[in-house]
Amino acid sequence: MSPGHPTDSSVSAAAPRETFVLNVGPQHPATHGVLRLKLTMDGEYVLHAEPVIGYAHRMHEKMGENRTYVQFLPNPSRIDYLSAMHYMHAYVCVVERALGIEVPPRAEYIRVITSELNRIASHLVWFGAFLLDLGAFTPLLYAFDDREKILDLLEAVTGSRLTYCYYRFGGLCNDVDEQFIEGTRAFVKHMRGRLGMYHKLVTENLILRKRLEGIGVISAELCRKYGATGPVLRGSGVPCDVRKLEPYSVYPEFEFDVPHFAEGDCMARYKVRMEEIAQSLRIIEQAIAKLPPGPVMAEKVPRVIKPPPGDYYFAVEAARGRFAIRLVSDGTEVPYRLKLRTPSFSNLALFGEAARGLLMQDALALLGSLDLVIPDVDR
Amino acid sequence: MILPEPYRLIAYLVGALAFVGLNAAYLVWLERKVAARFQRRPGPTEVGPAGLLQPIADGLKLLGKQFVVWPHADRVLFRLAPAFVLAPALMCLAVIPFGHALCARDFNLGLLLVFAFGSVNVLAILLGGWASRNKYSVIAAARVVSQNVAYEIPMLLVVTTLLLTAGTMNLRELVQQQAGGVWNWNLVKVWVNPLMPVLFLIFYVCMLAETNRAPFDMAEAESELVAGAFTEYAGMGFGLFFMAEYANIVVGASVATVLFLGGWHSPVGVMPGTFWFLVKLYALVFSVMWVRWTFPRTQFYRLLNLSWKLLIPAGLGALLFTALILKLR
Repeated sequence: MSPGHPTDSSVSAAAPRETFVLNVGPQHPATHGVLRLKLTMDGEYVLHAEPVIGYAHRMHEKMGENRTYVQFLPNPSRIDYLSAMHYMHAYVCVVERALGIEVPPRAEYIRVITSELNRIASHLVWFGAFLLDLGAFTPLLYAFDDREKILDLLEAVTGSRLTYCYYRFGGLCNDVDEQFIEGTRAFVKHMRGRLGMYHKLVTENLILRKRLEGIGVISAELCRKYGATGPVLRGSGVPCDVRKLEPYSVYPEFEFDVPHFAEGDCMARYKVRMEEIAQSLRIIEQAIAKLPPGPVMAEKVPRVIKPPPGDYYFAVEAARGRFAIRLVSDGTEVPYRLKLRTPSFSNLALFGEAARGLLMQDALALLGSLDLVIPDVDR
Repeated sequence: MILPEPYRLIAYLVGALAFVGLNAAYLVWLERKVAARFQRRPGPTEVGPAGLLQPIADGLKLLGKQFVVWPHADRVLFRLAPAFVLAPALMCLAVIPFGHALCARDFNLGLLLVFAFGSVNVLAILLGGWASRNKYSVIAAARVVSQNVAYEIPMLLVVTTLLLTAGTMNLRELVQQQAGGVWNWNLVKVWVNPLMPVLFLIFYVCMLAETNRAPFDMAEAESELVAGAFTEYAGMGFGLFFMAEYANIVVGASVATVLFLGGWHSPVGVMPGTFWFLVKLYALVFSVMWVRWTFPRTQFYRLLNLSWKLLIPAGLGALLFTALILKLR
């Protein structure tokens, strides 16, 4: 950063400078989807950044209110398509909590394995896309090569490659086979080697480090103000992870760390996600080793889902942060209210404040480091 | 083969045009293949054997597109810029000696001419960006100007340092001075000037920056400025900018070959000189592609800092040091 540049808006108000509005998106290579940014610029400095959202609004919350619980099953995986398993997990768990269904342990273990595989796939997409934002094209294709292996594994058990609808109220729609277990074991081994390569070739690259270190600093206070969660919050030094703080599923049975770095810059968020891939591999390894036999579907799941009237809440740690569903049931077959708390929305909210005073290039690096999925913002 | 004067010049200019055209087309193909190999994919394979007809298909597609000039653009300058960007590269090639007798114009101030025309390229991108009246284009154009100005200085400092020991601006004579084996190439002539490898390094970095190649590709910066100065260009207007980029790389690599790598002189003594010239030229071009597909883009202020705070002082230091050696010798 070149120091001492008057980027504070109050300064420019006192001594009027010539500014202009730069419209970034909704069709722009850096916004990865239909996000629009209205940047008020002073030369290449961003004076004010205003995200304009809603281009991919699909009324998921309203859709939840006018269809039965089973009919809403395909929706959660389409809210954040990169993190589909976690969203499904939250939805089936909130309904299971409402109905009081006990899920067999084998189903929970498989849920954890598939969720963590999905987390790695999501972080790999981010890794490739983020480096593409920084002008490095090649890592994208390597990341997608690894992701392809995960997609193949998940395709074999779930039948779909992106918007999985694998979890059911009370368990899973089908059991995993030996091929999946072997494939996952092989993938864990493969991915460990690839992570080492990524660290050597990408993380230690001088240009990359200069581009990320000290750029786009987000304080823990700013995260708290806007409700940012996930890797963004952990990149600001807060070891906050729903899997640890409000343990769900069988996560308490596994040993894993919550990576966090106090710097709060783009590099910290980068390191958090790369470290999370390693932690997810650890969880998968333990889960496969401990995978119990048994059924994958609970015995007593009612044919017609009618949760007793009440207010239910369930949060999971999705790839982008805390995803929570608040379900209000009035005792009918249709939810009265289905409130979705999506992480990308809060993570994007802090962009306007965090980007103030940055150079455009650094602001776009900051935007990339937030790992936004725009349909998750708009839902 | 000696042709009478006007015919000789015309023959060479046609040759240079064809050379630039073929290079621009097939370096795009090469770039796509190189990128593909770096990214573990096959690259173009569909059109012709190994995708060799792909550049022709691309060219025809671009020619078939409308050259859109949007209403707010400056019509004259907007149309002028693409022509302006390719012409200087062609002019530069007129003085480059590709072989012992293969040079369109054996010109005493050849090096000066290359740099004079090389600078016009900046003007063309500025014109294109400015005439587009697009905010992205204007930002990119402003970036290109400050980048090229910043990197022209260390490049010229390096060349001046080299000229102190060479004593001529005639490119043919410069090559002739490097005759007699690899150890006589300027790159390794450390007994003449111990800083030669450093000079080459500075020259190479400046060449990357001058041709707007990654990691210094601020003119395009596709993830920030959409397509930079070329955002508003469609069809062959964009095609010409694209061709000019590769033509400029060829010019830059040729000059580096002449100045540092012994021009047409063969390291082993077999094959004609022109062959060796092209080998060195394309080795440099390949290294430029290698860099592009390996590194991320730098920040703009770091790019300028690198020039003003490191390369220019280093270039100046090298110049003074060389002058001192020559004085004391």
